[in-house]
Amino acid sequence: MANIKNAGEQLAELLNRQQADYIEARLEESQISHITYRGKELESIGKANSIGGNVRALVNGGWGFTSFNSFTDLPNRLTLAVKQARLASGNESKLSPVAAVTDTKTVAQGSNSVNIPLAQKKQLLDEYQEVIWKTPKIQTSVIAYGDSHRKTLFLSSPGSHIEQERADITLRLTAVATEGSEVQQSGFSLGSRGDFTVMQGLHQQVADMSRRAVELLAAPRAKGGKYTVVLDPVLAGVFVHEAFGHLSESDFLYENERLREVMVLGRTFGSSELAIVDDATWPDLRGSYQYDDEGVPAHKTYLIREGKLVGRLHSRETAAKMEEPLTGNARAVNYRYPPIVRMTNTYIEPRAASFNDLIGDIKEGIYAKNWYGGTTSMEMFTFSAGEAYMIRHGKIAEAIRPVTLTGNVFDTLKNIDAIGNDLDMNQGGGCGKGDQVPLPVSNGSPHIRIRHCLVGGK
Amino acid sequence: MESILAQAQKIAEQAEVFIATSEEMPVQFEANRLKHIQSKQSSHIALRIIRNGRIGYAITTELDRSRDLIAAAVETAEFGTKAAFELPSLTLAYPQIEVFDPAVEAVPLEDMVNLGQNLIDQVRGHSPELLCDAEVTKGTVSVRILNSHGGQVAYQQSIFALGIEGQLIRDTDMLFVGEGQSSCHPLTDTRAITEVVIRQLELAQNQASLPTKSLPVIFTPNGVASALVSPLMAAFNGKTVLEGASPIGERLGEPVFDGKLHLADDPTLAYRPESRPADDEGMPSQRTPLIAEGKVASFIYDLQTAALAHTRSTGNGGRDHGGLPHPTPSAYVITPGKTTFEEMVGDIREGIVIEHLMGAGQGNILSGDFSGNVLLGYKIENGKIVGRVKDTMVSGNVYQVLNKISAIGSDARWVGSSVSTPSLYCPSVSVASKY
Repeated sequence: MANIKNAGEQLAELLNRQQADYIEARLEESQISHITYRGKELESIGKANSIGGNVRALVNGGWGFTSFNSFTDLPNRLTLAVKQARLASGNESKLSPVAAVTDTKTVAQGSNSVNIPLAQKKQLLDEYQEVIWKTPKIQTSVIAYGDSHRKTLFLSSPGSHIEQERADITLRLTAVATEGSEVQQSGFSLGSRGDFTVMQGLHQQVADMSRRAVELLAAPRAKGGKYTVVLDPVLAGVFVHEAFGHLSESDFLYENERLREVMVLGRTFGSSELAIVDDATWPDLRGSYQYDDEGVPAHKTYLIREGKLVGRLHSRETAAKMEEPLTGNARAVNYRYPPIVRMTNTYIEPRAASFNDLIGDIKEGIYAKNWYGGTTSMEMFTFSAGEAYMIRHGKIAEAIRPVTLTGNVFDTLKNIDAIGNDLDMNQGGGCGKGDQVPLPVSNGSPHIRIRHCLVGGK
Repeated sequence: MESILAQAQKIAEQAEVFIATSEEMPVQFEANRLKHIQSKQSSHIALRIIRNGRIGYAITTELDRSRDLIAAAVETAEFGTKAAFELPSLTLAYPQIEVFDPAVEAVPLEDMVNLGQNLIDQVRGHSPELLCDAEVTKGTVSVRILNSHGGQVAYQQSIFALGIEGQLIRDTDMLFVGEGQSSCHPLTDTRAITEVVIRQLELAQNQASLPTKSLPVIFTPNGVASALVSPLMAAFNGKTVLEGASPIGERLGEPVFDGKLHLADDPTLAYRPESRPADDEGMPSQRTPLIAEGKVASFIYDLQTAALAHTRSTGNGGRDHGGLPHPTPSAYVITPGKTTFEEMVGDIREGIVIEHLMGAGQGNILSGDFSGNVLLGYKIENGKIVGRVKDTMVSGNVYQVLNKISAIGSDARWVGSSVSTPSLYCPSVSVASKY
């Protein structure tokens, strides 16, 4: 039976004998369970386990990478990575120095939810299922529960040996209502670091969600155009992730002279109230960890402070090439991929405004809540609300169909003119970059108000 | 594999073993330079059983842990869905579909590096300030399926892909262009890709703005794929139909779309990456017409969904992400028409060309609504493309947009590996701009 410990011992021996500027190995064992309902029927229930690893080598600025889930041929996988790196070489290798670390971090006792019997998980989902189907006009529903427990072993040529464990749970519920050929849906999602109790006791929220899907059948579409919008903490979290977070990832920047000129530290992006932070050291959030996938300790990094660009997220290579401090943001979604620069827990810091302060003087605007998703091209971004209401004369008015909002990072952050006092972190999302999806992250914000926000509509 | 099946048959009425192994080698260029060379090996084995009438399922990457695999499948079968289907006998007559070319594996790494460099050199020959990422990938996949009804399905597939993305940054204005192609043959014609990118660069040279109102629209093949395809994939999925959540589920045979529109799911095209002789449950591949002369012609099914819907599988049982088979499209092919792209543009006094609508698939796609930011698109003025539009939202509903199509293009091409479509010219979408 394959074992990452034995494979690790074998690789540790071999790492230092390679002709490379730097070499690392990451081995991983994981267990997963999942339960999916579609409609009244259980669609899929299953368990999976997986073992695998990779070797990454750097030679004269070129990277070689091999990933595998057979451990029978490790010496050749290693030499192949070095050979590939040599073929890709042509520059100087630059990596910010990091101290060699020997450490073992295990998850807190009892938080490996994969070991909870499937029967117990199914029982809980059955209860939610029943709540959804009690609502008239519900046509169908989707409930997707998934959990994982992952153990990684990181080894590097400077002598690091880091074992980490990580547990993760996600739950997404969607209710679909129909009337004639109209189909509307409403959903919500949450996550935790292996704590199953977070998934329990959501009956009221599930009932509210189901009712909302039915109400949307009668709701009008927004008229397209510019609005003053107020975002709830969940959607504002998606907004900060898409609108600014991705632009802080230095692998987009470090070899892009033009973009570096635009993203110069000190540039004003927002009002003096605006602060945006990425913080992997926050205990027990889904984006948290002790060490990133290059063995760099986690950091709390201010990206924007008092409205000005003050920092960004780095891997060892981007930090070295931009001559900036390490932030420990190199992450890989699993052993099949090399680490790239990623966010962790990203949020807007709270300020003083109450919800009533935010909406009180809006004559006509939109209150957008909850999320379907979001995406960015760096300059422009879109994010879509799962729930939306008109604001009329300082009050929340009728529900409207979910809206998609868009903006341009260089304008929209400046248009945030009020920041609430109610920071909340949303644990229900996953982030995609290239093929690497979904990476556990969390996003958060207090309620915020944005002037002149472009909303799609009829 | 045979031994896992034999052991599973002892504890279950029906059993099926699915094994897939793959080797993939991506060569990646970043910021105009060769940066990463990777090789990725992976394999997994999945066991599906029907025990006491219920479906059990487990999957592992460890081929030597068959006992754990069987135990996990048995545990899940206790709660599993009631099986409505019988596994097929894997001795059926499978169509001959060519998806393997040994020449792919033989392409030397040096040639792959040269192809990537050519892609970058060609587009930068046109626009020297363009910053490019490029990827050249070759790979092989082997699939084998056995089940308790006897016989087996086994095939090998080769995949080769070329792609390039470029960005042009002028202060805070950013332009993104890109194109890619894939095949089961080695690809060598980099010009076919870079010409598309160069045309995007030329059309986007000037900027133009549109008013907030309803305007005629041309979706290019990329535009069709980014804005219209995902709602259709949801609506034609037999599972969505069975649940009553598809807006066209009750309209089989009815003219929901414009009479000029033909759409099929087609995994039988030779040397296409989405083609295969059988689906992931061992059902023979077939071409399934979904829209014929604008009428809803069929939906796509796997075995279980088909049995519940009292119809037959269309050979669309897919196992993405290693889960249980479910209805999965292979390749969506829209039949080309006779109108050239230039003729479409020439017909429009004021309108928009959509090449990439960002975020369009993130709303309530079941209803057919789409809404996104025009990441790449152009303004048409008096029959000519006058420049790129930005900071603009386009919204519509797939069923309204495709109900009345002014013209279907003669310019059909593959977008990624799973959509082949011409340009579509439609009378109206709703445009919202910040101007």
